[in-house]
Amino acid sequence: MQNTTLILLLAGMAAAAFYLGRSRSLALVGGVSNSAMLHSLPGYYGYFTAVWCLLPALAVMLVWVLAEPRVVIALVVDGLAESQKNLSAGELNLLVNNIRNLAAGDAVSGSVDASLQAAADRYNALVGVSRWMLAGLVLGIATLGALSAWRRIRPDLRARNRVERVIEYLLIAASSIAILTTIGIVLSVLFEALRFFQKVPFTEFLFGLNWSPQTAIRADQVGSSGSFGAVPLFAGTLLITVIAMCVAVPVGLMTAIYLAEYSSNRVRAIAKPLLEILAGIPTVVYGFFAALTVAPWVRRTGEALGIEVASESALAAGLVMGIMIIPLVSSLSDDAIHAVPSSMRDGALGLGSTRSETMTRVILPAALPGIVGGILLAVSRAIGETMIVVMAAGLAANLTANPFEAVTTVTVQIVTLLVGDQEFDSAKTLAAFALGLVLFVMTLCLNVVGLSVVRKYREQYE
Amino acid sequence: MTMPGMSEAEVTHAQQAPTDVEPERPSAPPPRRAAPHGERQHVRVSGLSDETVGDIHCDNPFMVARNVNVHYGENHAIQDVSLDIGKEQVIALIGPSGCGKSTFLRCLNRMNDSIESARVTGSISLDGQDIYSRDLDPVALRARVGMVFQKPNPFPKSIYDNVAYGPRIHGLAADRAELDDIVHTSLERAGLLQEVKDRLDEPGTGLSGGQQQRLCIARTIAVNPEVILMDEPCSALDPIATARIEDLMDELSRDYAIVIVTHSMQQAARVSRRVAYFHLGRLVEVDDTDRIFTNPQHKLTEDYITGRIG
Repeated sequence: MQNTTLILLLAGMAAAAFYLGRSRSLALVGGVSNSAMLHSLPGYYGYFTAVWCLLPALAVMLVWVLAEPRVVIALVVDGLAESQKNLSAGELNLLVNNIRNLAAGDAVSGSVDASLQAAADRYNALVGVSRWMLAGLVLGIATLGALSAWRRIRPDLRARNRVERVIEYLLIAASSIAILTTIGIVLSVLFEALRFFQKVPFTEFLFGLNWSPQTAIRADQVGSSGSFGAVPLFAGTLLITVIAMCVAVPVGLMTAIYLAEYSSNRVRAIAKPLLEILAGIPTVVYGFFAALTVAPWVRRTGEALGIEVASESALAAGLVMGIMIIPLVSSLSDDAIHAVPSSMRDGALGLGSTRSETMTRVILPAALPGIVGGILLAVSRAIGETMIVVMAAGLAANLTANPFEAVTTVTVQIVTLLVGDQEFDSAKTLAAFALGLVLFVMTLCLNVVGLSVVRKYREQYE
Repeated sequence: MTMPGMSEAEVTHAQQAPTDVEPERPSAPPPRRAAPHGERQHVRVSGLSDETVGDIHCDNPFMVARNVNVHYGENHAIQDVSLDIGKEQVIALIGPSGCGKSTFLRCLNRMNDSIESARVTGSISLDGQDIYSRDLDPVALRARVGMVFQKPNPFPKSIYDNVAYGPRIHGLAADRAELDDIVHTSLERAGLLQEVKDRLDEPGTGLSGGQQQRLCIARTIAVNPEVILMDEPCSALDPIATARIEDLMDELSRDYAIVIVTHSMQQAARVSRRVAYFHLGRLVEVDDTDRIFTNPQHKLTEDYITGRIG
């Protein structure tokens, strides 16, 4: 029996259990008119029965499905000839794969002999048996669970509390998925980064001034010693971030002030969604806008002014990134300004302040922590931004503070290190994980600081 | 909030009217025909006019409002209100929730300007000058007509800076010493100086509710206004803090015209010389406080002060 069929059957049984549990609870007190005698609403008795029908059966099914392949393979291997059992782990693995492929009717490497065919048949038989056993077991457990729950239904059974507890566990499970995923990502990056630091010293990575990640594949290869000083990358990231913030903070803040305090409702109703559209443009689109439009423009303007500008300059990437971040800054600042109670505004106006005095002397100082928090979040967004810089900032790991030169960023290097065919034991590939780890720690710190500033500020007025 | 309050008041009144008229039918079923009496018609059916009763004039008028109407979009919030506000006296605006008394108060310093849908017609003058004329800058007006709000709203700045805010933006002090002087005088007049003189640089938001409200009053008088508007200044305060604010109002009324909106009739009786009763956007009755509370002329006023409405 297929697992999907089984699940559909289980769902049907759960529905039946719901109905049976509900009607039993009503029957116990003698009909709907007396349902006030029940501890919980009749539906909860139904859910209670359905939960007991479903959950244990699903748990058993999950364990079975996870364990089945290992057990079946172990049994098949057990039935192989003595000579085959004593193969090395790798060869045995290959043999097992062959058996599995043969059983599934896929292509098999090497010739098919009688023993292999026998093993495949055995495999198929075992899987078939396992499926039937699973179906019987699961349906039996579902029936037993529903039955025992059904028998336990009494008017004073606290069905609602029990169902709610199950729901609570469900919610906990759902919320832990995100957390566990985060932990998983951190650990995977961390372990790969540790492998990198076994090859390249931590201090060299963190303080080295030269980034050239090409390592020699053959021993006699020339000119590819590989050096992993990440300082130029972080300097490039910082340079582009600073340029981006120089664009985004003033423009975003002034937008927020206008929208929150000066604009009429009609302008606000149009401008706010437009800004949100700006936030919704995929960064890759910004990327080619930067590479095809802004970078040449910056270059031409620079040439007209007699400044030497690289065709892929930090300035172009930073400008476009700044424009990308404007909506983030303006909407977070707008929230912060709106969170200042209107009584402050009234108080200032009532004392005869003009609108601008109210804004600069009362509202902005009160909203400042929220605005700063928003800007920190924007900075961490800028540091982590990838597509724009990949397309517009270039790959040259120059250590420079000149915005007209090409620089490269941490994210760009991670992309270039991991694009294409890679071997996962070379320092070159592993460097990406070390960069990712440092980047992660940096943005995490910024986010923590930013969010805590925002939160502290919120508490002040609630 | 507004609508339920209004209709409740109406219903109470409509149901009570017939029993007043026909007292000798105690066991009669509740009169269904009260319906035509219901809503606004009732006032006219009972022979009560829309005209304000009592005396809207006072001897030495400082602010004069004539035929003031306020619309919030479609909602006609204030209808034809005329009222004099005299110097050196306290006038209390009372009435059930949503009756327009706060709206009227906010007309007096053009705080309604910041509400986009609000439209004010009629005339209000301050010391003979039309405050809604084109030449008048609302910012300058608000420096002359100060306002204290329902909830204490000190700025998130130090106590000193809170009081110094107004003098600073209006350039009232030439140097630091003068500013210090204004701050101290204002705090003293607001009865707060003794409590805060050693911690002027601490945040104003750290004070208790009553202290915060007195700080707001100090902040208002630091600008040296001519009229002070108070919008339920004690509704968020305990009785002790309320008593202090009321004493303060008494003192301040020697120098300022004070208009106070209050829900507490005891407070109106204690602090005001005149009382104006608002009902559903109309000014129903204005008179000396003693007269209003002992001998109200209008049925609605009587119902309100005896607790049948609101």
